Amino acid sequence: MNAPNTAGWRPELGEAHIAGDETFTGNRALMLDERLIFEIGDASTTGVDIDPAPAAASRLGNLARSEAIGLPGLSEPETVRHYTRLSRQNYGIDLGFFPLGSCTMKHNPRLNEAVARMKGFKDVHPLQPRETVQGALAVIDELAHWLVTLTGMDSVAMSPKAGAHGELCGILAIKAALEARGEDRKVILVPESAHGTNPATAAFAGFSVENIPATEAGRVDLAALKARLGPDVAGVMITNPNTCGLFEPDLKAISDAVHAAGGYVYCDGANFNAIVGKVRPGDLGVDAMHINLHKTFSTPHGGGGPGSGPVVLSAALSPYAPLPYVKREADGSLRLVEEETAADDQPASFGRMVAFHGQMGMFTRALAYILSHGADGLKQVAEDAVLNANYVLRSLEGVLDAPFGHSGPCMHEALFTDDGFAEGFSTLDVAKGLIDEGFHPMTVYFPLVVHGAMLVEPTETESKAALDQFIGALRSVALRAKQGDPALKSAPHFAPRRRLDETLAARKPVLAWKGDKAEG
Amino acid sequence: MTRYFTKDHEWIDVDGTSGIVGITDYAQSQLGDITYVDLPAAGSAVKKGDAPCVVDSVKAASDVYSPVSGTIAAANDALGDTPELVNTDPEQGGWLFRIDLSDAAELDGLMDKAAYDAYIAEL
Repeated sequence: MNAPNTAGWRPELGEAHIAGDETFTGNRALMLDERLIFEIGDASTTGVDIDPAPAAASRLGNLARSEAIGLPGLSEPETVRHYTRLSRQNYGIDLGFFPLGSCTMKHNPRLNEAVARMKGFKDVHPLQPRETVQGALAVIDELAHWLVTLTGMDSVAMSPKAGAHGELCGILAIKAALEARGEDRKVILVPESAHGTNPATAAFAGFSVENIPATEAGRVDLAALKARLGPDVAGVMITNPNTCGLFEPDLKAISDAVHAAGGYVYCDGANFNAIVGKVRPGDLGVDAMHINLHKTFSTPHGGGGPGSGPVVLSAALSPYAPLPYVKREADGSLRLVEEETAADDQPASFGRMVAFHGQMGMFTRALAYILSHGADGLKQVAEDAVLNANYVLRSLEGVLDAPFGHSGPCMHEALFTDDGFAEGFSTLDVAKGLIDEGFHPMTVYFPLVVHGAMLVEPTETESKAALDQFIGALRSVALRAKQGDPALKSAPHFAPRRRLDETLAARKPVLAWKGDKAEG
Repeated sequence: MTRYFTKDHEWIDVDGTSGIVGITDYAQSQLGDITYVDLPAAGSAVKKGDAPCVVDSVKAASDVYSPVSGTIAAANDALGDTPELVNTDPEQGGWLFRIDLSDAAELDGLMDKAAYDAYIAEL
């Protein structure tokens, strides 16, 4: 008989960890180190007891699976803890300042959620009889009215699902208009200051893309654009305010020149938040513009909700708008114009982009946002967003290089570069240092027109106190980069993971769990 | 064999009517770690200024413009498994594609090494 194990140690307990600043578990107090769900528990564990299935003859022959499929095995509390722990490692708008941009940063008022969860909105189905969803159709119709009013345009296609989808809708409308004119124009001009999705959209729709350079002041080079216009140019795609955070003051002159040359103007409205209630793109000669509802009208995209990208259209492009859309009848009732009646209602429509009517849940939230803010409130949104961005710009331009700071106020975002950092220090180091300070980093390395870009979009969401804390943190990290603090090169030091090998992750991505190991 | 450079930071080694194209050391240093190279298919026709090849880095996806017109003769398949060659050996082992030139006169507008070095010193 063996002697009793008085020490109580067994191999599965592991070796005690008694030196250094690492803990035995890998946890740091309440910051818990969480493994993959496949690495927790074992396949014999289940959350519920299920009786063994009665024996049955398989009719799959040699197609029947013979190996275990490798599902994780966890009890219910283990499963709940796993996802709750992961959620604690997430960082979002409801946790802190997130200067990536209005896409993720804009606060979604809880009033919107209450409205979206109202009985009658939350459970509607797109195949319900029309007479039972008149309220939902009225939401689409009223939101469409406000989008057209706020942009000074002729009509709006509500169905596109997000910004890039909206771009495609606008470009397909331009293509249909050109085809109706019997013209075969092949070129879309895209300025350097445009969003990256713009050239991708034009190429996807079958156009060839040509770049228009930016001026020293970060705007579209009007002379270069005019020089390139001609009978082969279908139109331009221009982002306003642009990706340098600047308003394009020549947009009306650009539109006039493009129209005179027989082309159309697509405006990327991703940054509409900075000008809503102040400027109507229709007055600037825009023919089509998508509105990211989640960037301007607060529907929760960064929090995990879907995007939504209605496209407002000029009178010239309205006849080509896609199906379906909501139409108000003479008796006040609402119906959907679909293929059955398109020959009468919308004979030139270029077709359909989605199965149903767009992101209904986002429409409800966007309309709640518009109506709860009112005209004066929306105008203040734009003013506060621009004020906040300029506060960031002017507070930091003494420490960070602001390439367009001399050209006047910025719009929705403040742009800085890595000029002046110590040898070997980059924008990436500053971004990682900000994580240690408890902030999600800003957009980095975009736009491409400046070196080592850092693009901060605070939106109207933040208070002065929150902005001051961020400005203080970024100033501190920027000074470390300028002075060459070696500790910054290995930041973050206090996050659940240290500096990750992003290059290896991109070159040899591990995308799936296969049995007992992850595979690329 | 003669090497020419473009303002978009490509180089081309020309031997008769055959050219080998890559991006310069300056270009790779600006792009950062290269993660993927989208190479052109042999046999495809390109015009000067077309972008038959795309280089992805941790920072951006960048078009590589053909310095000349012609037909793609071959691509550097080694970059499929080792795109980092563009970082470690950009002006030799990290070449991108070989092209049969259709108009050697197009080379007249390109820079030699001295002119290119002076050009990037200004950037």
